[in-house]
Amino acid sequence: MEAKQTLDARGLNCPLPILRTKKSLISLQSGETLKVISTDPGSLKDMSSFCSQTGNELLSSQQQGKDFEFVIRKA
Amino acid sequence: MKITEQHQTQSIPTDLAGLDAWLDKKLDEKLAQRKAARTPSLAIIATKGTMDMAYPPFILASTAAALGWDSSVFFTFYGLGLLKKDLQIKVSPLGNPAMPMKMPFGPEWLQHINMKIPNFVAGNMPGFESFATAMMEQTTKTKGVPSILELRDICVESGVKLVACQMTVDLFNYRKEEFMPEISEWIGATTYLASAKDADICLFI
Repeated sequence: MEAKQTLDARGLNCPLPILRTKKSLISLQSGETLKVISTDPGSLKDMSSFCSQTGNELLSSQQQGKDFEFVIRKA
Repeated sequence: MKITEQHQTQSIPTDLAGLDAWLDKKLDEKLAQRKAARTPSLAIIATKGTMDMAYPPFILASTAAALGWDSSVFFTFYGLGLLKKDLQIKVSPLGNPAMPMKMPFGPEWLQHINMKIPNFVAGNMPGFESFATAMMEQTTKTKGVPSILELRDICVESGVKLVACQMTVDLFNYRKEEFMPEISEWIGATTYLASAKDADICLFI
């Protein structure tokens, strides 16, 4: 499935991946998806906490080499 | 068995034990509903103006705002300096003995070495504080950690309430013009307590 928008948060550290994710989600419509790529290992747990707190749905969360990839569906 | 049937039809049980169980269940449901509808809130008191002490309030406040929470920071005493238009903050190795002294650049092996610099050198040598600050700024940059100024801008953008202490301005002979116009209020202890009373998380940093 192709995400509506992709956010490259590689090289950014806590809390920037989450703050940029929040910012990117603003421009999306409800139901549209955002793909986030990060290198911060902390973002694995943070992204899932962010989604459970904000009601957005974390469709997938996986490691690709040194990168972490997340797909989020906006609530 | 009788109670279970009554629950299914949602009628109120007439016996005491049944009524008790029914009330417990109803209360749990109501409380869960209220908790889900409530916007969580974070109220931080920032009292220190050095770079190391500026990170926690700005990181937590901006992240709370990203989570959709009500987020506010009350800046008082040395913390008020963090709201200056011309932000010049430093990190001091003096009285900060646990601060690691590591090179932000150079070969990998060198970056991992913690240089043992005696406190009387770190604290007394002219220019050491500026040197340590420059090193720390470089480290945050290479590690992708935002600068304090960047975090402060994000806080403003994302609607974090930046509240300033009125008494501190008088105490340190500041002028209000020296501070950023985005400050939402200049308040005292009473107003702060009243606003922080219902916060879910209150931190003193």
